[in-house]
Amino acid sequence: MALLEVEHLDVRFPLRHGEIRAVRDVSFALDRGERLGIVGESGAGKSVLAFSLLRLLSRPGRIARGRVRFEGHELTRLSDRQLRRIRGNRVAMIFQDPLTTLNPVLTIGQQMIESLKAHRRISSRRARSVALQKLRQVQVSSPEQRLAQYPHQLSGGLCQRIVIAIALLLDPDIIIADEPTTALDVTIQAEIIALLKHLCEKHNVGLIVISHDLGVIGRLTQRLLVMYAGRIVEQGPTRAIINDAQHPYTQGLINALPQMALPRQPLAQIPGNMPSLSQVPAGCAFHPRCRYRLTPQGQPRRDCSERVPEAVVSGESQVACHWVRELIATLPIEEETI
Amino acid sequence: MTPADSLQTLGRAADAPTPLLRVEGLSKRFALHPERLLPWRFDKRSRAWRRQRIHAVNGVDLEIQRGDALCVVGESGCGKSTLARLIAGLLSPCSGEVHYDGQRVDHLTANQWRPYRRRLQMIFQNPFASLNPRLTVRQTLEEPIRLHHTDWSRARVRDGADALMADVGIDLGWSERFAHEFSGGQRQRIAIARALSVNPEFIIADEPVSALDVSVQAQILNLLMDAQAERRLTYLLITHDLAVVEHFATRVAVMYLGTICELADADTLFANPRHPYSRALLAASPRLRDGQVQTMRLNGETSMPIEPPSGCVFRARCPHANSRCQRERPSPRTLAEGHRIACHAVEEGRI
Repeated sequence: MALLEVEHLDVRFPLRHGEIRAVRDVSFALDRGERLGIVGESGAGKSVLAFSLLRLLSRPGRIARGRVRFEGHELTRLSDRQLRRIRGNRVAMIFQDPLTTLNPVLTIGQQMIESLKAHRRISSRRARSVALQKLRQVQVSSPEQRLAQYPHQLSGGLCQRIVIAIALLLDPDIIIADEPTTALDVTIQAEIIALLKHLCEKHNVGLIVISHDLGVIGRLTQRLLVMYAGRIVEQGPTRAIINDAQHPYTQGLINALPQMALPRQPLAQIPGNMPSLSQVPAGCAFHPRCRYRLTPQGQPRRDCSERVPEAVVSGESQVACHWVRELIATLPIEEETI
Repeated sequence: MTPADSLQTLGRAADAPTPLLRVEGLSKRFALHPERLLPWRFDKRSRAWRRQRIHAVNGVDLEIQRGDALCVVGESGCGKSTLARLIAGLLSPCSGEVHYDGQRVDHLTANQWRPYRRRLQMIFQNPFASLNPRLTVRQTLEEPIRLHHTDWSRARVRDGADALMADVGIDLGWSERFAHEFSGGQRQRIAIARALSVNPEFIIADEPVSALDVSVQAQILNLLMDAQAERRLTYLLITHDLAVVEHFATRVAVMYLGTICELADADTLFANPRHPYSRALLAASPRLRDGQVQTMRLNGETSMPIEPPSGCVFRARCPHANSRCQRERPSPRTLAEGHRIACHAVEEGRI
């Protein structure tokens, strides 16, 4: 049994002018020690998906359908009190901006000891030594001194290390990291990626990383979910997806990266914009932007605009596209996109 | 010969044409903690109270030839945006000179700047903040045209704005809408159209695609490159994203704590970076398909360039630093035509 199982999850935000369906029919599983990436552009629903796993949705968001099972416990049914034993304790979160995550009026030591004492019956002295040990694990220099410092006295990279140390405090089974390196500089980002990877391997912690940056995801994760307009459009081994994307959207996303074109040559662009989550097109949400929406004879493919595609196996991935087997697997990728 | 003269001759080949832009010894300092009651600190060496200042830009020499796309790359706080603003005349330098097309422009008054504004335009990072929320797209685009061409008829201004919208791919039917009705990518198109509205020859773009998603980023980069080809533009592009630099730049300047470490043609820099910081930066940027690259680990993090800066700014994180790097600030030296680097270790042949 997988550590975390998500089945047919639907998250909705009922608003006055209509309902926003931010996550639609999402299913995936995470094993112990596995590192999973969720990639997509802003507004694809990836953060909402992560927050909904721990029922951290802000009002009026709610899980309309589906299951989230952690070690067999159904998280969507637990009371708040029961859920609190899992949040922060068994499943920890790391957010994008370390300076807003940390409390500016408490020292690092106070914050670390506070979270330990909230979850465990533990003496202050013992909590302090656990905090020190975790700071050493994330390779923070002079940890004793750090405990007495406030977040504003530390640099961004150091703060993110401390946030990771806090996430590790209670030896969680899963860490959910929402854009953990986006606010950091490139050289610091590389260190944080190496650190997260090392810690997850060493302590057999499952990791869910959300990012819009395929470079980060490629370095850090083993498996990848690609989201578009609230749905998973492709799911499979990270390497396989980056090297040989199956879904037209994933292909477009990868080919639009500046790395994929020759210098000073035009980039392959996906026409149009991601639809707003309140006005997702019927059928396949990507079809108005898809380069396979027309048949070779120039006729629109009716399936694409009428039916939501089921996930099918193509290559090493599961791909939600009606035509992936017939078309994309056989068609050579056009010259311009290489 | 003053030190500044020698630097200048070193960095520039004798027969090179007049560059469109030439920057010499440019520096900008900002007061640290201006809000504090006592922003001073006692300096033991000079035995005096000194105001603490940040050297955001510290002695930058640079020239941009016509048709170049120079990318300035560096981490946050390295002074790249300050450099852009100094060149655009939005900030005045504490010392140093900016020459635009052979004319010195850094000491001009706002009125004297006006003819240059027509030739030099700027695009900002956040199109949500850089567009006036109370103007429609048409007003946004017509205002600069009217301002710089007071003799044009209303119809001519209108046609100019229409042509711009067509150029950058904004539907003409949307011209009476306000900026908030557009998505981030569309707004950046409007900002680009506004910059192009006065038909400039030089565009300074400060992180123009950093706030955008990957698929939109590709659209905007293509638009910028098309505009360059059609209008023979010269670019100064500020960014922290090396993938964008590699794609867009013809020349690259790598900045660290207010100084330029390495200045080279894009191909040269990406094929053979020489400065230890350039190497670390290239090694750290995630690449897609080459598997796991050996990351060159740097010690510590960027500090703030608080005065007095002594020695090489990068010495604290540099694996090759020695006592000379502690004492002496490396001056930029030309390695080959158009490749300039400020590093003692490279100069001495240690790396």
